[in-house]
Amino acid sequence: MTFEQLLFILIAAGTLGAALLVVTTRNLIHAALWLIATLFGVAILFVFLNAGFLGVVQVVIYIGAIAILMIFAIMLTRQVADTKGPRFNENWLWALFISLVFFAAIAYILSLLPEFEGTKPILSSEIDPIKQLGVALVSPDSYLLAFELASVLLLAALIGAVIIAWEQR
Amino acid sequence: MTDPITWIANWLEKILEGIGLPSGIVILILTILGVLIVVIFVLVMDIFLVWMERKVVARFQDRLGPNRVGPYGLIQPIADVIKLLIKEDTTPKGADVLVYNLAPVIALASVLVIWAVIPFAPTLVGAEINIGILFIVAFGGIGTLAIIMAGWSSNNKYALIGAFRTVAQVVSYEIPMVIALLIPVILARTMSIQGIVESQELWNIVIAPLAAAILLISSIAEIGRTPFDLLEAESEIVAGFHIEYSGMKFGLFYAGELLHALTIGALFSTLFLGGWRGPFVEQVPVLGVIYLFIKAFLVYFLIMWIRYTLPRIRIDHMLNFNWKFLTPLALIMLMVTAIMDKLLSNYSKISYAIVMLAVNIIIIWAVLLVLKSYSSFERQQVGVLRPTANPDAVLSHIVKETSPAQEATES
Repeated sequence: MTFEQLLFILIAAGTLGAALLVVTTRNLIHAALWLIATLFGVAILFVFLNAGFLGVVQVVIYIGAIAILMIFAIMLTRQVADTKGPRFNENWLWALFISLVFFAAIAYILSLLPEFEGTKPILSSEIDPIKQLGVALVSPDSYLLAFELASVLLLAALIGAVIIAWEQR
Repeated sequence: MTDPITWIANWLEKILEGIGLPSGIVILILTILGVLIVVIFVLVMDIFLVWMERKVVARFQDRLGPNRVGPYGLIQPIADVIKLLIKEDTTPKGADVLVYNLAPVIALASVLVIWAVIPFAPTLVGAEINIGILFIVAFGGIGTLAIIMAGWSSNNKYALIGAFRTVAQVVSYEIPMVIALLIPVILARTMSIQGIVESQELWNIVIAPLAAAILLISSIAEIGRTPFDLLEAESEIVAGFHIEYSGMKFGLFYAGELLHALTIGALFSTLFLGGWRGPFVEQVPVLGVIYLFIKAFLVYFLIMWIRYTLPRIRIDHMLNFNWKFLTPLALIMLMVTAIMDKLLSNYSKISYAIVMLAVNIIIIWAVLLVLKSYSSFERQQVGVLRPTANPDAVLSHIVKETSPAQEATES
């Protein structure tokens, strides 16, 4: 076992443990903080895969924006921060079943990939991944349509938020 | 001997390899040593910053400042540190102990981590990563998180209000800051901070002065200094998010805030003032460290100057200033810079810079005209009901409008 494998196992275990704590903690703020730890672990895994851009964007968007807004929302509703109610409803068996099927499906699809076993090709240092990503996002034969659709969706959400918050005069 | 730090690193590497250690461990040891040196250097400077801040504010307020301990009061910060260390460490009743103790550590660490990507000299950079700018934005967000954690876990209403204000302010001022950070990226065509410094044969502040101003203003809001110190407004919420902290835990917040200001100075000088660039830096790379810190301290002085000159801004003004002025302006600047950069790509460096500067001046002039007409409009609005912090006033206003008894008497 190499040093990198050891690090990977430690980080993956930490991420999974934090993810488990997100759903088992009773205190909602603690759950949100564990969620941040989970997201940070995922960001570190991205960095391990030589995808630094994705890793940092994960921190900027999920921790810097979404998690902080979640904590803000929880803090504004202080009564729900420490709930005493049941943590499972009657659908928990179905949820377990569906998540297991989903996990199995993803694992199966990944195992079909040629790179699943054996070493992955190493990126040459000549390629700048960010430039490649930038070009791919705006070239019509790769992700232009998906990129623009996502922008329109976000714009719609933005306008929707403004309309909801608009003061009726 | 023009580059002593690289020389020492190479010398140590040879010694360690001479003992027979594998190269992986040698790199690990050298990396840890480098991290320790940068952190210790920055933290020792932080102690000096306390003295400087107090001395400068004293001069701004026509006082002398600390002058009892040591020459010019230079040993005063050491005395302060000892005082903080031996103070009783209190935890409020009902506090969330783990989160409460973690918050100051994260607050200081999120500032320290930024120094990893700031290039000190042409040959001296902690982590040369191709996404340096995004890295800084990411760890700024983690600093916000630390303030929220502190505010929530203290179990104190003033701390909680401070945390709310932080979210409203820091998260919204992040938007113009990130957009302003994109402008040097466009000019340098790279997100690597070392790459941005290397591309600045002419300082970016000449090419994009408006972006520099937006970055400086939103950075001051990001670190919560006057005029944007609503998160710890002493006259309203006592001390805001760190009200319950005492001793060294408070010290960590205080050190983090001072260091963040210097970090903003270093970042600003790296992105807009050429970073380590200066005369003879190609021959003697170690001079770059001195140039960088001269520039960083000048920007730090500017931040202090603003801090001790302007009063605190009102909260609705703070939000309006961001959403109705800074963000649109930053977006306009981003688009204009991108378009002009493309249009001028065939011209020489000098004409490029002159046209860019001219465009900036035209936009500044237009903005000033708009602001002038807006301010005259504002002045006519004096009698109009303003948003108020007193809920009773608002409620009674609403009740009066719709109360059935009133309707009955009217009909």
